[in-house]
Amino acid sequence: MARKSHVQTTINGETVEFLCESRQSLLEVLRDELYLTGAKEGCNNGNCGACSVILDGRLVNSCLVLGVETEGKSVETIEGLAEPDKLHPIQDAFLENAALQCGICTPGFIMSAKALLDSNPNPTEHEIRYWLAGNLCRCTGYDKIVKAVMDAAKEASA
Amino acid sequence: MPTVVIPPLMRKFTGGEENITLPGATVREVIDNLESRYPGIKERLCEEDRLKPGIAIYINGLLTRGSFLERVDTDAEIHFLPAIGGGVAEPSH
Amino acid sequence: MAEKKEYKVIGTRPIRHDGVDKVTGRALYGADFQMTGLLHGRVLRSPHAHARIISIDTSRAEAYPGVKGVVTAQDLPEAEDRVADLGEGAVNLKYLCDNILASDKVLYKGHAVAAVAATSPHIAEEACTLIDVEYEVLPPVLEVRQAMEADAPLLHESLKTTSMGEAADEPSNVASHIQHKLGDPEKGFAEADIVVERDFVTGTVHQGYIEPHNATAHFNQDGQLTIWCSTQGAFTVREQVAEILQYPISKIKVVPMEIGGGFGGKISVYIKPVAALLAKKTGKPVKVLMNRADVFEGTGPTPASYVRVKMGATKDGKITAAEAYLAFEAGAYPGAPVGPGAMCIFAPYSIENVVIDGYDVVVNKPKTAPYRAPGAPNAAFGSESVVDEIAEKLDIDPLEIRLLNGAKEGDRRADGPIHPRIGCIETLETAKAHPHYTAPNGKKHHGRGVASGYWFNIGLESSVTINVNSDGTINLIEGSTDIGGTRSSIAMQAAEVLGIPAESVNPSVVDTNSVGYTAVTGGSRTTYATGYAAYEAAQDVKRKMSARAAKLWEVDEDNVQFADGEFSCINGKEEQISFRDLCARLGETGGPVVGSGTVNPGGAGGAYATHVVDVAVDEETGKVEILRYTAVQDAGKAIHPSYVEGQIQGGAVQGIGWALNEEYIYDDEGTMTNASFLDYRMPTCLDLPMIDAVIVEVPNPGHPYGVRGVGEVPIVPPMAAIANAIYDAIGVRMTELPMSPDRLLKAMGKI
Repeated sequence: MARKSHVQTTINGETVEFLCESRQSLLEVLRDELYLTGAKEGCNNGNCGACSVILDGRLVNSCLVLGVETEGKSVETIEGLAEPDKLHPIQDAFLENAALQCGICTPGFIMSAKALLDSNPNPTEHEIRYWLAGNLCRCTGYDKIVKAVMDAAKEASA
Repeated sequence: MPTVVIPPLMRKFTGGEENITLPGATVREVIDNLESRYPGIKERLCEEDRLKPGIAIYINGLLTRGSFLERVDTDAEIHFLPAIGGGVAEPSH
Repeated sequence: MAEKKEYKVIGTRPIRHDGVDKVTGRALYGADFQMTGLLHGRVLRSPHAHARIISIDTSRAEAYPGVKGVVTAQDLPEAEDRVADLGEGAVNLKYLCDNILASDKVLYKGHAVAAVAATSPHIAEEACTLIDVEYEVLPPVLEVRQAMEADAPLLHESLKTTSMGEAADEPSNVASHIQHKLGDPEKGFAEADIVVERDFVTGTVHQGYIEPHNATAHFNQDGQLTIWCSTQGAFTVREQVAEILQYPISKIKVVPMEIGGGFGGKISVYIKPVAALLAKKTGKPVKVLMNRADVFEGTGPTPASYVRVKMGATKDGKITAAEAYLAFEAGAYPGAPVGPGAMCIFAPYSIENVVIDGYDVVVNKPKTAPYRAPGAPNAAFGSESVVDEIAEKLDIDPLEIRLLNGAKEGDRRADGPIHPRIGCIETLETAKAHPHYTAPNGKKHHGRGVASGYWFNIGLESSVTINVNSDGTINLIEGSTDIGGTRSSIAMQAAEVLGIPAESVNPSVVDTNSVGYTAVTGGSRTTYATGYAAYEAAQDVKRKMSARAAKLWEVDEDNVQFADGEFSCINGKEEQISFRDLCARLGETGGPVVGSGTVNPGGAGGAYATHVVDVAVDEETGKVEILRYTAVQDAGKAIHPSYVEGQIQGGAVQGIGWALNEEYIYDDEGTMTNASFLDYRMPTCLDLPMIDAVIVEVPNPGHPYGVRGVGEVPIVPPMAAIANAIYDAIGVRMTELPMSPDRLLKAMGKI
């Protein structure tokens, strides 16, 4: 059995400590060790974006980051987005626009959209499509997702 | 009387005849009457007391349960068609 | 009969009931399931496309630290060579079991051979490499026409072609032959002024759901088996597992977790029985997850096919005869969707003389599974391309020729049955009047194409229970797993009956012990049939509540009527009470009210779609860009229009992927060389424009609100529509899918 390392990191603003094998990805740590199952595994090789989280302000596929790499860093996941009594505007926009069907890609899209709007609050439709091209959705044809992100941007700048 | 539309691959039983009109108030009676007119045809359609898997029955254009107890109107049109394989439209039991 | 009236809830766009759980990451999908003492399972798969298994030695894997159990086909009960109906069509049990764990032969690369349960997924994976399997490698058969040749290597020595119940004498890779015939095709072709005949080839494509298959199983000491999983139908999982394990259904409980897409691919079981075998062997709960390569190589794609279409028409555009030859790859075991392909191919038209032959052919590829309108897209690619060519040669507008020959109520479908009320003409007229179709289209290397599609939709069994709450809300219990917002479209139908808002319904999808039998979420049946059951259950509630009002007012039940959410007395007494207020008085009028509805409706009503697409072809690279896309579809009655649009947009985009990019690419040994999302390239949002979904409503007489299934038909037209647009752009008929840049460059004579 591989030896485990002790890692201290910040997840959704809280200091978190965990033990993990050096071969375990951040996605595995989040899901299997910390029970934060909002990040999903769709491909485990960085092609679908279902496991998207924000690491030190940068959008990453958590399946391509090792758990031990997060020592001293800050991770934002879908579970940290809403306030106790209020959804994040992107979450609201996804619901208002019916921008999900099965919902498995939704946490990844929302985290990806958040990273976009954090850096570019007024993206064009093309910029949204370019940014979200790393997230696969097989149900919606993307229409309503793109519209939701456009609405969320409008909402934030209103 | 109900009309049975004979599938193209079974018309050798009916001498090429496509539409067969014959008495019967249930699927069972219709099939039994078909058999007495065209011996051997029942064996192609049925296994014990039910339709063979792979064969579906439509009454007046509607896919039915394939039950022999199904009632048929006097002017019903009955089709025996290949059951839709590939996992889409076969009743489970 | 469909009610024609104004609705309060139906046709509105409420927030879906499971929405908050799904945007906050709280919704629990199969892989999210956790349990104390959980072991992790991993499946060893065949590296060969066709081989005899000489021996399997699991001893090194069993001895590996952390391994708790290994299973092979030896652990399955002996499978009989008999056929059973298991909610996904007739299935030969031997084939079904062999596809779960291969016994004597492996028939495709990725075929499951053994499985390991261990304390971590990594250990299970390592242990798989320690299982020693000796194979005698056999030549693979990888293409349908090759498999049909007389001297082709046989996959199954006992398989013989059946034609409507009659089996051939000699073994063959052709599992079955079907035929539909109408009128006199020879005479029809003789009457034609123009005859067009072409061959078409389509590639193997996958449903591409983002969530891989998963299953967790646990055996209690009393023999009770529970399976938590992602599935399109908990009851069909129960039936399939019961047959495979030869275990009573009453001892199996299937708990459907949230499902991350299916499109038909999550009806057949793969790892669910394996998880159960491992749980039995280890005495612990075992979770088995597939990775993406497992999904591509080990689960059912939809078949590659060879299709030949011949159609004849008079010079004024009347189609006089049509002929089709459909040969579909079933994959390793019989069961390609050639039946539905043959049913749907000419269904948008009323043609007097038709002959259709279909062949279900086994090849050394994964056993195919349903994928959205299975079979119909392969067929329509051929027929809709040929119709376009006839229109072009006769200089008739392509929508006009479709209108001229369009199928109407009372017309006979080529496979026999008469069409009920359908919306074929209405979708064509709507497309013709759409600003997209009337917009100018003339730039160099830009083209416009149209195509139509048909899918018959299905009914099947559904059950719904409604529990009335004292605050005027209801809890709706259903068995249809929710892939695309059906909790809401079902809840809305119950809300409409009871005159309450959609938000006053709490829908729950429950396990197989907790609701009546419900068939799979498939065949575009859920909003139709489970919605119908919800309607019936709400009617039951209404009747029972009326009786309570009668009791309250001391009148006969006949004297109570219900309208707009209010019960009132019609025998002179001025009594009135709202549904909500009456809910608060159930205790004093006789106790709780529970309503139930069960249906197995026959009148699913077919669905038609017509798509219009503009493309630009890059002459240098051969890349096709979708410039504009409009998808018109008859929904009967759109319960929640946003989710109907979503089905149309999603289906169209899957079709765009099928048309332009997606295919399994095999090497000569039968290994798929692109088993990842990087190389099996599904459309991203950057590849697409907005998809304009246009809903037409021709109510289905077979549903109280006129609903037709909407999920499947939107994938039928895109391939031909895009091929027709490419022809319009560059003057070349593309007859092979996908129409990838290399094929376009070849077609344009550039390479």
